[in-house]
Amino acid sequence: MAGRTFAAIGIGSTETEMKVFEFETRRGMREIDWVSRRLNLGLDAYTLGRISQENINDLCETLNDFRRIMEGYKVESYRVCATSAFRASRNMSIMRDYIEKQTGLTIEVLSNSEQRFYDYKSIASVTEEFENIIQNPAAIVDIGGNSIQISLFDNDKLITTQNIRMGNVSTREKLIPLLKNPEHFVKLVEELLGHELEGFNKLYQKDRQIKNLIVVGGNLTELIHSFEKEGKQIPSITAAQFQKLYEEIIPLEPDEIAWKFDIAPEKTSVIMPSVVFCRCMMEHFGVETVWLPGFSLADGLAYDYGEKKKYIRCVHSFEEDIIAAARNISKRYKGDPAHVKNLEAIGLKVFDKMKKIHGLGKRERLLLQISIILHNCGKYISLENVSECAYNIIMATEIIGLSHTEREMVAFTVKLNTSPFEYFAELSQNTNLTEEQYLIVAKMTAILRIINALDRTHRQKCKNASVSLKENELQIVVESQEDLTLEAGTFREKADFFEEVFNVRPVFRQKKKF
Amino acid sequence: MSESIYEKPEYFTNREISWLGFNSRVLSEAKDKSLPLLERLKFLSITASNLDEFFMIRVASLKDMVHAKYTKKDIAGLTPSEQLKLIGEEAHTLVQQQYSTYNRSLLPVMKQCGLELITEHERLSKEQEEYVDQYFEENVYPVLTPMALDSSRPFPLIRNKTLNIGALVLKKEVAWLKEEVSDEGKKDSGKKKSSSKEEKEKLEFATVQVPSVLPRVVFLPEGKKGKRCAILLEQIIERNIDKLFLNYDVVCAHPYRIMRNADLTIEEDEAADLLKEIQKLLKKRQWGEVIRLEIEDKMEPKLLKILKKELNVKDEDIYKINGPLDLTFLMKLYGTEGMEEYRNKPYQPQPVPGMNDEEDIFTQIRRGDIFLHHPYMTFSPVIQFVRQAASDPDVLAIKQTLYRVSGNSPIVAALAQAAENGKQVTVLVELKARFDEENNILWAKMLEKAGCHVIYGLLGLKTHSKITLVVRREEDGIRRYVHLGTGNYNDSTAKQYTDCGILTCSEPIGEDATAVFNMLSGYSEPKRWNKLVLAPIWLRKRFLELIRRETAYAREGHPAQIIAKMNSLCDQEIIGALYEASAAGVKIDLIIRGICCLKVGIPGISENIHVRSIVGNFLEHARIFYFRNDGEEEFYMSSADWMPRNLDKRVEILFPIEDPRLREEARHILDIQLEDNVKAHILQPDGNYEKIDKRGKVLICAQDYFCREAVERAKAPREEEQTRIFTPAQPAEDV
Repeated sequence: MAGRTFAAIGIGSTETEMKVFEFETRRGMREIDWVSRRLNLGLDAYTLGRISQENINDLCETLNDFRRIMEGYKVESYRVCATSAFRASRNMSIMRDYIEKQTGLTIEVLSNSEQRFYDYKSIASVTEEFENIIQNPAAIVDIGGNSIQISLFDNDKLITTQNIRMGNVSTREKLIPLLKNPEHFVKLVEELLGHELEGFNKLYQKDRQIKNLIVVGGNLTELIHSFEKEGKQIPSITAAQFQKLYEEIIPLEPDEIAWKFDIAPEKTSVIMPSVVFCRCMMEHFGVETVWLPGFSLADGLAYDYGEKKKYIRCVHSFEEDIIAAARNISKRYKGDPAHVKNLEAIGLKVFDKMKKIHGLGKRERLLLQISIILHNCGKYISLENVSECAYNIIMATEIIGLSHTEREMVAFTVKLNTSPFEYFAELSQNTNLTEEQYLIVAKMTAILRIINALDRTHRQKCKNASVSLKENELQIVVESQEDLTLEAGTFREKADFFEEVFNVRPVFRQKKKF
Repeated sequence: MSESIYEKPEYFTNREISWLGFNSRVLSEAKDKSLPLLERLKFLSITASNLDEFFMIRVASLKDMVHAKYTKKDIAGLTPSEQLKLIGEEAHTLVQQQYSTYNRSLLPVMKQCGLELITEHERLSKEQEEYVDQYFEENVYPVLTPMALDSSRPFPLIRNKTLNIGALVLKKEVAWLKEEVSDEGKKDSGKKKSSSKEEKEKLEFATVQVPSVLPRVVFLPEGKKGKRCAILLEQIIERNIDKLFLNYDVVCAHPYRIMRNADLTIEEDEAADLLKEIQKLLKKRQWGEVIRLEIEDKMEPKLLKILKKELNVKDEDIYKINGPLDLTFLMKLYGTEGMEEYRNKPYQPQPVPGMNDEEDIFTQIRRGDIFLHHPYMTFSPVIQFVRQAASDPDVLAIKQTLYRVSGNSPIVAALAQAAENGKQVTVLVELKARFDEENNILWAKMLEKAGCHVIYGLLGLKTHSKITLVVRREEDGIRRYVHLGTGNYNDSTAKQYTDCGILTCSEPIGEDATAVFNMLSGYSEPKRWNKLVLAPIWLRKRFLELIRRETAYAREGHPAQIIAKMNSLCDQEIIGALYEASAAGVKIDLIIRGICCLKVGIPGISENIHVRSIVGNFLEHARIFYFRNDGEEEFYMSSADWMPRNLDKRVEILFPIEDPRLREEARHILDIQLEDNVKAHILQPDGNYEKIDKRGKVLICAQDYFCREAVERAKAPREEEQTRIFTPAQPAEDV
C-alpha cells in the first residue's frame, strides 16, 4: 500500500493541534507532522459560557493554516473534533456554523465519552506495552481542561470509567480567587479531589490496588524527558521519582518551571494543577508507576481512522471495552446477568441472520448488544416505570466509546422495548435523532422485543436457540423441556411489530429433547 | 563554578578592538608581496568596505548608547564612550596603514605593472585633458546636481556613503576675495590681509555628489607602450567644477564623504506590519547621524569648518585622508581586462565527489548523506535540490529559509516555479538581514505573487538558520529531504565564502526540520527534538553542556578536547566555560576568522587554548564544532557563531554530523586548517596576531590545499564506476 495520509485536528481547552499521519504497509501508522497553537478557548467557555469572538477568529485563522498544511500533504481524509470548551459554550451551534463557513472544514463536537474513548484509543495504539500494563489493576487518568476521566482496568478488562468535574483549567480558574498563598492551591485541590476519589473508591476501586497510573493530557510528558527509556514508547516514572518531581515543582513559579524543565512557558500554567491531580491520585490509589504516554485526541482519531479503513490491524478489542463498560453499568443497576447473557446469544443470532433484510452493520450490532445489556437497568429505580427509568439512567450515564447520539439510540431502544412504540413524527418531538437513526432504533427495538419475550420470566427456559431465515419467515427454534406458554404468548404480541419493521414474520418453535 | 573567576573584565578583549584587528589581518593580505597586484588591491578594497560597515553598525550603535547616557560596561570593562575613544585611535591608525599601503606599496607596483592611476587632474597630459573634458561634457555633466548653500537655502542632504565634492564659491562681483581665501589655509589667521567681514560672508558653500551611476574609475586612451592610464571620476569633476557654477568663481574644491548611523533597530513590538516598518526605516537610513567624515588631507580649513558645523561632526570623527577617498573603487580595478597575469586564476568550484548531475538528486541522497564544502565544491547540488523539487511530481512541499540571496537567485526562481507547479512552498524571508532588507522585500513580494506562503521572520528574532526541507511522497511513504548549511542560499557568495552543508533524508532530522518550520510559522515548539538544536531557546544551553562535559572528563583525568571553527567568539558565558575547561586541562583549538574576545595564555585560565585566524582568498565562514567526548567523538555544524546575538537573538540551528564518511570530512577540514602555516595568524597573549614562522616548514595553505584536493577528487573516477567495471581474471601463475 502506498502511503495514505490522514489529518486529525483536536480543538482542546488550551491548545488546538493537528497531527498528520501516514498509513503505510511496512511502517504502519506514523505521525509525520504535528502543529499546535495555544488558544485558550477553555478559559472563555468555563468562565463565561461562551468563546469570545477574538478567540473564534484566532481559531479560524489556525484552522485555515491547518487546512493549508493538509492540502500540502494531500491528505486522504481529515477529522476536526472539538471537545469540552465547545461543549461548555452556549453559543456552540452558531460558533460551529461560523467556523465551518470560514474554514470550509467540518467540525464534530465530541461528547465527553467519545472524546475519552479516542484518548484511550491513543494509548491502546501502543498495543504491546499497553496490554502489559493493564494486566494488573491500572487506571487511565485523562486530565482535560474541564474534567478528569478515570478509567479503571483489571486483568485486561475495563471495569469502569467515570468523569470527575475538575479540569486543570477550570480548577485553576475557580480556585485562584480563593487562594491565600500559592501553597493553599495544593491544599484546596487535594481536598476537592480527595473527596471525589473517596466516592470512586467506594463504588469501583474497592479492594483493588491500582499499581499503574496512565496519565493522558495535562502536559505532563514534557516534565519527564530525563526519565525516558530507550526502546520504550510509553515514558514512565516511579512513584518515588514522581514525588521528588512534585516537591521540586510545587515551590516554583510558572516561568521557573519553564526554564528548569525546558517547557514552553505557555504550557506551565496548566502543568501545576495537573501535577497536583496526579500526585493526589497516586497517593490515593497507592500507585507504583506513573505512565505518561504523551498522546492526544489526534492520535486516537487517527488510530480509529486506520482501524476503520483497515489500514492497521488492531490487536486490542475496543468493542470489548465498550461492552465491558456497559456490563459494569448493568451490574451497578442490578441487571440480571443470566437473562442478559441468554438474550445476547439469541439477539445477536437474529441480527446476523437478518443482515440482508435490515442492512445494518457492525456498529449497530454493538448498539443492539449494549441495548440488550442495559434493557432492564430501569428496574433498579422502579418496577412500575421500567422503560422511562432505563431511558433516564442510560441518558445520564456515559458509556465510553459511544457518542451522545448513539447513547440516545440505545436509550430509546431500551425505552421502546416495553413502552408503546412511537413513530417518527411523535419521537422526533423529543429528540434530535434523524430519520435514519430512528429507523435503526426501530429495527433494534423490534429485535429486542421478540428476544426479550423468549425469556419473559428471566428463567432462561429457552436454550440453544437456532435461528434461520426462510423466505418471509424468521424461525427461532429453542430447546426447552419447560412450559413456554407465557413466552409464546408474549412472542406473538411482539411479532407483529417485528413484521411491520422487517416484513418478515418471526416464528418461535420449541424443541423438546427426550 | 563561580562566574567571577572566569569572567573578569581583564580576561576579555573588547570586541570592536578585536574586529579592527581582524581588518588589519585583511590589510596584511594587501601588503603581502607574494600576492598578485590585483589580489592585493582587492584586499585593500575589502578593508575599506569592512570599515564602512563597521562604522555604520558598531560605531553608530556605541554613539547611540553614549547619547542615551548608557554606561553599562562591555565584557572587557569598557563603557561605550571609552570604547569609542579606543576605536577612534585604532581606526585612525588603520586608515593610515591603509593609505600607506596604497601610496607606498601599491601605487608603485601598479605603475610597474603598467597601470597608472592619475591621482591629481593637474598631472594629465594635453591629450588626456581633452579626453577627460569631453568625457565630462558628454557623460558626467548631464547627471550632476550641484547645490549651493546660502542663507536662503538649507544645507542639502548629503547621502550616506556617497562621495561628494565640496567647494567654496564666490559670486563673480566679489571675486577679488578669491586670492585672499585661498591663501588663508597657508597663513597664520592672525596675519590675514584685511578684508571686511561682510564681504567674507559672501563666500558660499557648494557641493556636488560624485554620481554613483557612473564608473568611479575612468580609463584614458592608451598612452605610449600600451600603458593603461586611469583617473578617478571626482578628479574629472574637480577639473571641470567651474562649469557647474557659472556665475561663481570656485575658490577651492575638495572631495569628502560621510558615514551615517545605519544601525537598523526595529521596534518590532510596535510594528503592526513588519514589512511597512522596514520600508519606513530604509528611508530613514539616509538621514542618520553623521558618525564619520572623510576628507582630503589638504582640504581648505574654511571648507572643513563649514562641513564640520553643518554635519555636526566632532574632530575625532574626521579622517584626513592622504589619497583618494573610499578605496572600495579598487574592487573595480580588480576586474580590469587584459591584466589576468596580475590576478589569481579564478577557481572553478568542483563537482561534489560521488554526485552525478544526470541522476535524480533524491536517489543520490537516499544512497547516503552528501557532504558539501563550498566553494571548493560547487553549490549547484543545492540549486539542483530545489529545482528538481520544484518540478518533481512526487514532491508535496518545499520549505526554506532565505537570509541573503543573490540577484536573480536561481533558488528563488525555483521556489516560485514550485508554487506555480502546485507544490506547497513555504519560505521564510528574513526581512531583517542587514543591508539586504530592500532586496529581501522584493523577493518576498515576488514569491508571494507566485503563490508561495511567505513568512516574514519572527518578532524580535532574526532567522539566520539555513535549512531547506523537501517533502516527497514515495512508494514506501512520505520521505523528507533536508539541506542544512552554515552559509546562505546565495549562489554568488557560495563562490567566495567557505561553507559546509549536508543533504540528508535521515528521518529524525526530517522530523526536526518539519518542527523547525512549524515553529517558524508560529506554532508550538515540538515536545522533543531528535537531532537539531535551535537558538535562541536551546543552543546556548547545549553548547555550554558540551563544553562542560569536556571539562568534567578532564577533571576525571580523561583526555578532553574541543576544536571549534567559527567567524566570531565574543560570548562571555561561552568564553567563561572555555576558560574553565582550559583550566581543567581540556585542549582547546579555536579557528576564529574575525572577532575573538577570548585571551590566550592567561596563567591558570587559558594556557590550553590556542586561537588562529585564517584570512585568505575565500572568506572563512563555516562553523564546525568538535568535542572529544571521551572517545565517542561528536561533530557538529551550525549557522551560529559563539556570539550573544547568535545564541540569544537569532534562530540558528546546530546539526550533528553522524555519518562516518561525513565525520571524516569534517575532521579533515579541521585538521588541515589547524596545520595552515601560510594564511593563519596566531593570537598572542598580548592580543596581537602573528603569522607563523615558516622557516624550515612545509608550507600548507588550507584554502589552496582544499582547492587542489577538490580538483583531484573530481578527476578521480567515481567509486560506483570503479565497481561496475568487470576486471578479467589473470591466468593463475604456476605455483
